[in-house]
Amino acid sequence: MDNQRRKFLKLAGAAALAGIGAPTLVRLSSSSALAAEHGASAEPHGKTIDPGPQGIRLGMIIDMRKFTEQPMLLDRAVTACNEAHNIPLIDSAKSEIKWIWKTPFENAFPEQSSYHMAKNVKDSEFLVLCNHCDEPPCVRACPTQATFKLKTNGIVAMDYHRCIGCRFCMAACPYGARSFNWEDPRPYIKKYNKDFATRMRGVVEKCTFCAERLALGLEPACVEACQGTGAMVFGDLNDGQSEIRQLLDQEFAIQRNPSLGTKPSVFYIV
Amino acid sequence: MIEKTLKGKPAYWIWLAVLGMFIAVGVACYARQYLFGLGLTGMSRDVSWGLYISQFTFLVGVAAGGVMLVLPYYVHDYKAFGKITILGEFLAIAAIIMCLLFIMADLGQPLRALNVLLYPTPSSMLFYDMLVLNGYLFLNILCGWVILTAERKQVHPPKWIYFFVYLSIPFAISIHTVTAMLYCGLPGRHFWLSAIIAPRFLASAFAAGPALIVLACLILKRVANFDAGKKAMNKLVTIIIYAALLNTFFVLLEVFVGYYSNIPGHKHSIEYLFFGLEHHGTIYNNLVPFMWTAVVLNFGALGLFAWPYARKNNEFLLGLSCVMIFFALWIDKGLGFVFAGFIPNPLHEITEYIPTANEIGITLGIWAVGFLVVTLLFKIAVSVEHEIEK
Amino acid sequence: MYNKGTIIPGLIIFVLFVTFPIWFNGLKAGTPPKPELPPGGEKKCVESVEYMRVNHMQLLNKWRDNVLRDDNREIITVDGKNYRKGLQMACMQCHSNKEKFCDNCHTYAAVTPYCWDCHLSPKEAASKEETQ
Repeated sequence: MDNQRRKFLKLAGAAALAGIGAPTLVRLSSSSALAAEHGASAEPHGKTIDPGPQGIRLGMIIDMRKFTEQPMLLDRAVTACNEAHNIPLIDSAKSEIKWIWKTPFENAFPEQSSYHMAKNVKDSEFLVLCNHCDEPPCVRACPTQATFKLKTNGIVAMDYHRCIGCRFCMAACPYGARSFNWEDPRPYIKKYNKDFATRMRGVVEKCTFCAERLALGLEPACVEACQGTGAMVFGDLNDGQSEIRQLLDQEFAIQRNPSLGTKPSVFYIV
Repeated sequence: MIEKTLKGKPAYWIWLAVLGMFIAVGVACYARQYLFGLGLTGMSRDVSWGLYISQFTFLVGVAAGGVMLVLPYYVHDYKAFGKITILGEFLAIAAIIMCLLFIMADLGQPLRALNVLLYPTPSSMLFYDMLVLNGYLFLNILCGWVILTAERKQVHPPKWIYFFVYLSIPFAISIHTVTAMLYCGLPGRHFWLSAIIAPRFLASAFAAGPALIVLACLILKRVANFDAGKKAMNKLVTIIIYAALLNTFFVLLEVFVGYYSNIPGHKHSIEYLFFGLEHHGTIYNNLVPFMWTAVVLNFGALGLFAWPYARKNNEFLLGLSCVMIFFALWIDKGLGFVFAGFIPNPLHEITEYIPTANEIGITLGIWAVGFLVVTLLFKIAVSVEHEIEK
Repeated sequence: MYNKGTIIPGLIIFVLFVTFPIWFNGLKAGTPPKPELPPGGEKKCVESVEYMRVNHMQLLNKWRDNVLRDDNREIITVDGKNYRKGLQMACMQCHSNKEKFCDNCHTYAAVTPYCWDCHLSPKEAASKEETQ
C-alpha cells in the first residue's frame, strides 16, 4: 500500500511538473476511493462524492500525431495493458484475448476509409479498445447484467463472476472489443501481476479503463505507458476544466462509427 | 399413457437404440467440451456463435411451425386437422427441448445458467426468449397432454384448456419473433439489422415445421398404420407452399436492398454467402456450395409442389419435396444466416467458421434427443389413436 | 403389502447405501482442521473471528459487488494497516498460505469454491513472477 502511494505521489508530481494530467488526476481522486486514502481515512465507510448533475464520464483521447512520431509507443501501451491485467498471449486469431491492440485505419474506421488516404494515416497503426460507450449495446444485450455501466464514472464494466458465457455481448459490440476465454487462459500468461486476478474459461472480458488503478489514483496502464508524450489523454469528458476536454475543444477528433448511436468515449486525433 | 412407449415392434427398438448411440456420443463429446471449454469448437473471437446457436435458431422455427396446425383446427374449426394437431404440439415440445439443450451447450459457464433468472434483465432479448420458450414448452405439454387424455377417454376436453390452447398461438409467434430480435436489434451487424428478419423467420418456420409433420405422417403411415387423411395432407402442403414462397420473397428482398442500394455493409454477407467475399487477395467462400444447394433445393421443391401429381398422388415425390424444402430452409437459417452475420467482423476482418468434429458430435447428439422425444411422443399419440379405433 | 420380500430388503439396502459415508467413517466426523494463523503475526482481521468463520463467503461476495459493481473501493483500515477490498488484496496479505488456510477447511468440508479459478494465491502468483 505504501509503495502504491509513493508511486502515486511520484506520478502526480511528475504530471504536475510536465504540466499535463494534473487536472485529470485531481478530478479523479475527488470522486474515487482515493478520497478515502487522502482525507477520509478517519471515516473508512465514507460515501463517494456526488457526481454532479451530469456525472463523471471518463473518456480517452488517442492522439495519432504523437503515435506517428513515436510508433514504439503503440507496443508500449499494449504491453503495459497485457501485463497489468494478466492477459494471456494466445498465438491464434481464433482464441486470442485482447483489450487494447493495434490495427490499421481501414480496420479501426471501416466506415471512413476512402480511396486515397493521407499516407501517414494509411501507413500508421491505430490503437483500438473498448469505447466505453454512453449507450453501450453490449450492456443492453447482456441477460445477467454481468456487463454494466458504472453510475459513478460511465465505465462499461465486467463482473466475471456473473458472466454465463452466452457471448451475446460479443455479437452486440460494434467495435469487436470483446474477447471470450475459449479455454483456461492461465497457461498462456507469461508473468502474473499479483495485484490482479486472471479470468477463467467460459467468460467474456474486455478493457475496463483500469478501474482498479483509478481507485489508487493511477491513470490507466496504457496511458501511463505513454506518460509525458501526450499520446494518450485520459479524464472526465463532462468536466470543462479537464485536460481531455480542453484538448477536445481545440482539436478535431473523431470517434469510431458514431453513426450507430453508441456515443463512444474514446476519441482519435488523426 | 407413458406405458405406450414401452411396447413396440423390433424396428421401433432398433430405431431407439440408434438414437441412443448418437446421444451417447453426444454426451461424451459434451463431457470433453465441459472439461476443456468451448475452445473445442470451431467458434472464434470473430465468429462467436456457431452451430449451436444456429441450430437453436432453426429449431425455434420448427417449434413455432406447430401453430400452423393448432390455428386452423382450434380457431377456424378445420376438422381435417383433428388427428394430426397433436403431432404439431408434440413436435413443438421436442423442438423446444432441443433449443434449450443447444443453448446450454453454447454457454461458457453452463452452471451459471440460472443467473438469467436470478438477475432478470428486461433490456436483454435473451431474457424474453427464455420466458417465451419455456412458456411455449409448458403450454404445449399441458395442452397436448390434457387433450390427448380426453381423447383417450372419448370425452370432450375440459373447457379451461382452450384458454391455454388459444394462448399458445401468440406464444408460437412470439418465440420466433423474439429469436429474430436477438439478431435484428444489434447495431453494427448489417446482415441482421433488418426489420424483415422476424417475418422471414416466421415464413420459413411455417414451411419447415409443417414439412416435418408431412414427413412424419408419411412415415407413420408406413410403420404405424396411421393415416392422417388426404384432406389434411393436401392442406398442409398448401401451407408449406405459401410459406416457402413468402420466405423466398423475403430473402430476395434482402438481396435487392443490398445490391440496389449498393451499400457495402448490406452486400458483404450476401456476397459471402453466394459468391464468396474477396479480402486482401483471398476469397472466402466456405458457405457458397451450401447456399447454392439451398437455392436449388428450394426452387426444386417449389417446382415439385406446383406439380399436382407429385403433391397429391405420389407419396414418394411428396416426401422428397418436403425433404428438399426442409433442407433448403435448414441451410438458409440453420447455417447461413447465423454464420454470415459475423462476416466481416466489425473491424472488417474475415475469419471463417468451420465446426469441429466434437462440436458436430454434440449437435448430432442433441438432434438425436429431439428425434427420441418426438418418437416417444408420436408413439403415444398414435397408440391412443389406435386404441380409440378398436 | 405386495412383494414384501423384495421391497423391505430393497429399502434396507437403499438406506445403507445412502448413509455409507457416515458409517464407513465410524460415525465420526474426523479431526476438524486447524487453519494456519497469519504467518506475519497479525492478530486482528477485518471482522471478528467468529463472524469470519461463519460469514467469510458472504463478506467476499459483498466486497466483490462493492468493488466491481458499485465502484466502491474504499480502503479498510485495521490496526493501522490499510487493505484494499479483495481476496487477493486483503485476505492473502495476512493469510499468505492459501493451502494451509483456505484449502484446509474447504477440503474437510468438501467444498470447492471457484475463487481460485481466477484469483491468484501468493504461491500461484509467485510461480510466474513479475520480472520488473
